[in-house]
Amino acid sequence: MRVNVTVNGAPMTADDVWPGESLLYVLRERLGLPGAKNACEQGECGSCTVYLDGEPVCACLVAAGQAEGREVLTVEGLASGEGELDPVQQAFVECGAVQCGFCTPGLIVQAHSLIARHDGVPADAEIREHLAGNLCRCTGYEKILDAVRLAARRKAGS
Amino acid sequence: MDFLRATTWAEALRMKADRPDATPVQGGTDVMVEINLDKGRPAALLDLTPVTELAEWSAESGTVRIGAGVTYSRIIAELADRLPGLAQASRTVGSPQIRNRGTVAGNLGAASPAGDSHPPLLASGAIVEAESVGGIRMIPIGDFYTGVKRNALAPDELIRAVHVPERRGPQYFSKIGTRNAMVIAVCSFGIALDVAARTVGTGIGSAAPTPRRATEAEAFLAENWSPGDPEVSRRFGELVAAAAAPIDDVRGSRDYRVHALAVMARRTLGWAWEEHRRTS
Ligand SMILES: Cc1cc2nc3c(=O)[nH]c(=O)nc-3n(C[C@H](O)[C@H](O)[C@H](O)COP(=O)(O)OP(=O)(O)OC[C@H]3O[C@@H](n4cnc5c(N)ncnc54)[C@H](O)[C@@H]3O)c2cc1C
Ligand code: FES
Ligand code: FES
Repeated sequence: MRVNVTVNGAPMTADDVWPGESLLYVLRERLGLPGAKNACEQGECGSCTVYLDGEPVCACLVAAGQAEGREVLTVEGLASGEGELDPVQQAFVECGAVQCGFCTPGLIVQAHSLIARHDGVPADAEIREHLAGNLCRCTGYEKILDAVRLAARRKAGS
Repeated sequence: MDFLRATTWAEALRMKADRPDATPVQGGTDVMVEINLDKGRPAALLDLTPVTELAEWSAESGTVRIGAGVTYSRIIAELADRLPGLAQASRTVGSPQIRNRGTVAGNLGAASPAGDSHPPLLASGAIVEAESVGGIRMIPIGDFYTGVKRNALAPDELIRAVHVPERRGPQYFSKIGTRNAMVIAVCSFGIALDVAARTVGTGIGSAAPTPRRATEAEAFLAENWSPGDPEVSRRFGELVAAAAAPIDDVRGSRDYRVHALAVMARRTLGWAWEEHRRTS
């Protein structure tokens, strides 16, 4: 079947999609967007997190056909300009919140969704709760929390 | 495998009548895991997400009708005041990403004994609105669960909504798991007091082949309505534990579940009495 979906602002079409296929597979294997990662395919790790109509979701659990006519924003679409990072990405780089990097795209999108709807700096408990569905096997999470706090502080302008 | 896209509720019902072998998919957080892990391939998927009216809830004469497409995230954000028990249970489901997709209707469709919405639905006496081209059936929640991962839906029926009475007193939900997020309940318990009627509703999760009420515990408390009495709370806990029929499995032993249920029942009742005292 054919799936029409807007990804990172651009209308895209995927053909020969198998009806049981996930949005994650379509993004990675059919639309050439390998940013969202495939690690568990069961919703446990969050490495495939993308925005679907403005809500962060596990792309591995969205049937490709369910994305028909919807808007997807992936980690590739966060940075506004060429050669410039989104403030959340920049904070991850500066804080050393990336080791192997496999969890990073999912964490960036999920952290982005927290900061986008928060005016101040979220409490640690809130950050942890918000990131509870994103697993990282390398960093021990502390640097990730640092990065989220840094990005939130910068956005709050303090 | 076919992919059927229903754009209206009437169309969804027609599609389900034509293809009773189709698997409805709402949030996909159960359905897609099965497909991804190749645990069985449905003959067809029937996507209900384009049916916009399913994503609405409404409140009328003391009951909230929650459409099948309302996510856990929205229950938490929009219904915590009217349905505190269900909102508390929703907060414990999976992760934010799972709660942004997962629905109570999907929880009911899956009918896992460990599903977190079941104890609060049982405790507050919810009713499932099922529909087919033949008409609407209102199924009391206690009749809905028919076995492990089985429910009372006919092959041509879909869940349209679940009707949940608004709080009539304190409501609490408690769940045991190995960490604070992303866990299937080892066992769980929901309680809902009806302060004016001096009755209590209960729901036990993950400790019997189906979610179930603890009816003897409910009767005992109605007869011994004495807020804060530790002896009553202890006996209530015992009766809740006695209503369970758990098994030993990878998540916990039978004995642990029985013990934990007694503790959770006693504790949630304590919280409920405390709230009752503060607010009355
Ligand atoms: C990582 C992860 C963590 C999870 N954690 C929890 C947890 O903590 N607690 C918990 O309870 N669950 C948990 N789940 C399971 C799942 O999220 C819930 O059962 C959720 O409520 C399913 O809702 P859904 O809309 O995604 O259902 P779907 O996957 O779309 O459907 C589930 C079932 O219901 C049927 N169905 C869906 N809509 C209808 C309808 N309108 N009419 C008839 N049948 C229908 C489907 O055919 C299917 O059988 C978790 C899942 C994942 C992947
Ligand atoms: S790949 Fe989707 S949650 Fe792990
Ligand atoms: S940096 Fe390796 S998994 Fe997170």
